[in-house]
Amino acid sequence: MYSEKVLDHFQNPRNMGEIEGYNGMGMVGNAKCGDIMQMFIKVNDDGIIEDVGFKTFGCGAAVATSSMATEMIKGKSVDDALKLSNAAVVEALEGLPPVKIHCSVLAEEAVKAAVEDYRSRQAEKKSE
Amino acid sequence: MKRIYLDNAATTKLAPAVFEAMTPYLTEIYGNPSSPHYFGQQVAAAIDKARQQVAAGIGADAGEIIFMSGGTEADNMAIRGIAERYSSRGKHIITTAVEHHAVLHTCQLLEKHGYEVTYLPVDEYGRVTVDQVREAIRPDTVLVSVMFANNEVGTIMPIPEIGALCREKGVFFHTDAVQAVGHLPIDVKAMNIDMLSMSAHKFHGPKGVGALYVRKGIMLPALIQGGAQERNRRAGTENVPGIVGMGKAMELAVGSLEENAAKMTALRDRLIRELPKRIPEIKLNGHPTDRLPNNVNYSIKYIEGESILLMLDLNGIVASSGSACTSGSLDPSHVLLAMGLTHEVAHGSVRMTLSEETTEEDVEYVLDVLPRVAERLRRMSPLYHG
Repeated sequence: MYSEKVLDHFQNPRNMGEIEGYNGMGMVGNAKCGDIMQMFIKVNDDGIIEDVGFKTFGCGAAVATSSMATEMIKGKSVDDALKLSNAAVVEALEGLPPVKIHCSVLAEEAVKAAVEDYRSRQAEKKSE
Repeated sequence: MKRIYLDNAATTKLAPAVFEAMTPYLTEIYGNPSSPHYFGQQVAAAIDKARQQVAAGIGADAGEIIFMSGGTEADNMAIRGIAERYSSRGKHIITTAVEHHAVLHTCQLLEKHGYEVTYLPVDEYGRVTVDQVREAIRPDTVLVSVMFANNEVGTIMPIPEIGALCREKGVFFHTDAVQAVGHLPIDVKAMNIDMLSMSAHKFHGPKGVGALYVRKGIMLPALIQGGAQERNRRAGTENVPGIVGMGKAMELAVGSLEENAAKMTALRDRLIRELPKRIPEIKLNGHPTDRLPNNVNYSIKYIEGESILLMLDLNGIVASSGSACTSGSLDPSHVLLAMGLTHEVAHGSVRMTLSEETTEEDVEYVLDVLPRVAERLRRMSPLYHG
């Protein structure tokens, strides 16, 4: 039911785990539904995502979409990261079963939540 | 890669002797059993023999066995049949919250047609008590349907006690014994069972065939119309190879029931004992001892069932789970939720169901692999802080 790419990202997840010195963190989903994604980003002064990490509670597709999303935003600007769509994640994974599309939506939301957190932290810093 | 099949509650491997028994009926013995000529009567005799084999396996008479497509149809026929034929006695049905969907959905359908259904809650092990049934029986109760043993967690229900109660109260008693037949000793007469559903492929028979035992004297209308087969109770030309296979499979399963149960119970108990020593924070689902000889079901906290299955599969171990992701809905197993598990813990369940072919080496391999899978997935989980 899963593409080889999905199985590869599930077996060898990229950027797995909390990263040192992150300045943005987003967590989406809930345990009741069986999916939680946590995304950590470290953004440098030029607004580039230097490092990224994820932790996921969920099915194979949830792990694979998180892993793929981290690869797709690493080295990008936060503005570009916000443009990441769930469809792009699905395409990069060479497709997902229809019942698993919501996992890719969660991955997109996790990236957005991490960027949002980064921005609110920056705004707080400025106001200090 | 060696593959270890631990999903025998889903389906089992066809026994070679069953295949052998079936083969002639897929090739040279092809008559229609309804035909009065030689070709037909040869096949009719084979069905008679299978009917006797199936009846003998559960302590019934051959005339009390109706062959059909499987356990789901048997559940439908028993429940809808009683509701339709005996509605003058009352329109109240008692069942449990942990039944298979073949029973639950049938009951829900009847609710739309004016029946009232009581879904008895279960204890932490997934069991109902005979007292719960006693308290739920009303003057208008027509049927009690309680599964023999649960397909997910393996817990065995107090069937003889419920049977005796229903007989005393004059209420029909049906049991979905799809998981129990061929694995647990069953005597429909001694246990006061009025109707019992079974499915051949759960005990090394073929798929697409099952049977309903209906105690003599109970008149169930046919669910399927269009012919006089099965003495007017199930129309349609018989699945002859399937029926012959079911008979043989029953004979084999019941013939070595004790020996196989003892063997599987020993392996089951090794898994149940050892896994918590190797994986912290796991919870056994189902009753610790009063359970099917081949069922192991654990919830591994902080991780999700489908990813456990996927990683086990990549390591050659085939199992199943009650997580939402494997049920095709957003909710995890209704059985685990009825037993009081939180959604989160229910999502992390893994069910391993053994067969008599499961070896000690297989079990040792699981004891080696599953802790590593759990550890790996926990390191990925935002819920785990170990």
